[in-house]
Amino acid sequence: MTVVEKILARASGLSSVKAGDVVEPKVDLVMSHENAALVINQFLEIYQGTAFQPKIWDPTRVAIIFDHRVPAESPKTASNQKKVRDFVAAQGIGKFHDIRGDVGGICHQILPENGYVRPGSVVVGTDSHTTSHGALGAFAFGIGATEMASVWALGSVLNVEVPATIKVVVTGRFKKFVGPKDLILHLIGKISAQGANFKVIEFHGETVRKMSTSGRLVLCNMSVEAGATAGIVPADEETARYLREEAGITDPLEMVASDPDAAYERVIEVNVSKLQPQIACPHRVDNVKPIDQVAGKRINQIVIGSCTNGRLDDLAIAARILKGQKVASHARMLIFPASAKIYRQALAKGYVGVFMQAGAVVMNSGCGPCLGIHEGALGDGEVALSTTNRNFKGRMGNPNSEVYLCSPAVAAASAITGIITNPRKQ
Amino acid sequence: MPSIVFKVADDVSTDVIYPGRYMATVLPTETPQFAFADDAAFNAKLKSKQIPAGSILLGGKNFGCGSSREQAVSCLKGHELVIVAHDFARIFLQNGINLGLRMIVCPGIEASEGDELELTATEVINKNSGKRFPVQPMPKSRQAIIDAGGLIQYTRKRLQEASAD
Repeated sequence: MTVVEKILARASGLSSVKAGDVVEPKVDLVMSHENAALVINQFLEIYQGTAFQPKIWDPTRVAIIFDHRVPAESPKTASNQKKVRDFVAAQGIGKFHDIRGDVGGICHQILPENGYVRPGSVVVGTDSHTTSHGALGAFAFGIGATEMASVWALGSVLNVEVPATIKVVVTGRFKKFVGPKDLILHLIGKISAQGANFKVIEFHGETVRKMSTSGRLVLCNMSVEAGATAGIVPADEETARYLREEAGITDPLEMVASDPDAAYERVIEVNVSKLQPQIACPHRVDNVKPIDQVAGKRINQIVIGSCTNGRLDDLAIAARILKGQKVASHARMLIFPASAKIYRQALAKGYVGVFMQAGAVVMNSGCGPCLGIHEGALGDGEVALSTTNRNFKGRMGNPNSEVYLCSPAVAAASAITGIITNPRKQ
Repeated sequence: MPSIVFKVADDVSTDVIYPGRYMATVLPTETPQFAFADDAAFNAKLKSKQIPAGSILLGGKNFGCGSSREQAVSCLKGHELVIVAHDFARIFLQNGINLGLRMIVCPGIEASEGDELELTATEVINKNSGKRFPVQPMPKSRQAIIDAGGLIQYTRKRLQEASAD
């Protein structure tokens, strides 16, 4: 069996499953953000006309993190957040991360850094980038609000079809200023936005084995942009190191791996040794080009942050490039650390000072401009270069603007010049 | 006979169907006003009620990719549109089934805006060209939810069965 088949078999109480089987896995952790407001509505509706009290099956397994619109941008959002807070208190939900400078942040960073996700677990979230948590060897996938309401009631996901798996084997050593973001953009460009629809992408190879959990989170986060149900890196020494040293987990870990004879739908091999920085051009994530084909494009807003690339190593590389430099006068640069913890680490390491002296604005942790609902909107005809994960038309709040996606190194180098710039040539 | 009121390309994302800036609006009674909000002409047609219930939105491949936002389903359901597409992105398809949006997977469909389509259980017939296109069944894993009329109803039934055991 593949690692995902093993996880689903265990969670469904079966000795084995295979792609195409329909199972009903128990979930280990469920996550929502502000859209918990909609989940609550649907949850209460399930109980309408029944004799039961609406009660979450296990509130200790529910995580709710405010990140999409923090602090609230409108009375409507503030009222939704208030409603969720009241529900959290009434149901006794333990893993609640409000808008705070100590424990707040983006859901897909909060879950790993607090050790909420373990290898071998089943995780569902009302966010498409829930695929991120495959980086810790979990089977993690996005669902809608009504599906989550059903999970809150039952503790299992109904009628899951075991997905087939695409194995991606990555070899070679990244060149300087090339990394996981370039790899996943390259892969999405290669297989297309539909290339992994309804499938799992399982990452293997020496390059992935040597990659930090932070980098693996980038790969799994963006697997959904190829349509994947989930991305996964089977748990290994690095997973254990991350959970022990960075998340402070002390209890035993169940390291689940694919069998040597596991059945894969296809195998894709990628060698990164010659890979150049990659850019996803408007308005499709799979419209990926090597940077030299788009270098020189004038940009108005640079964003570093999001559940994809707002982690400490992302900020470190940006600080290294921006130290002693200035953001181009015609551009503005917004930086969003992925969690309050990362923000404090970036402060301690002096990155925040470097960014501010360069002219960048360091915002509070949250999704920020990524999905165009809160702040950092673009003007008509403006162009953003961003380390986020989507560039669909209107994504940053204005259909008459453009978003290019890139790595933190490219974002930082380009902020200085105000045009898309290859950091390897600067 | 219903006709195609809007035809879109492949990979239409939920950001296009329901732009993120309206995500604080969650009630199915309120989301329909923002359906395709960035397409001023189509949004205006929807809001002015010029489009009869049961009209067809023709999608390409991977319709509804991107975000898991359920508003992208409830806003279309509110206008009682039927979505015929080559295929759907996973989360959108599941959300659609869960909420009872009428969707038809028709991988080979060839049709233009304005064409009338006859929708049967097994095929889509383009009345303008006379061509017939086979329909793919919904995922077998989800049939019980479709039969129950949606996931709320199905989960309610499951809760009642569990307590009866």
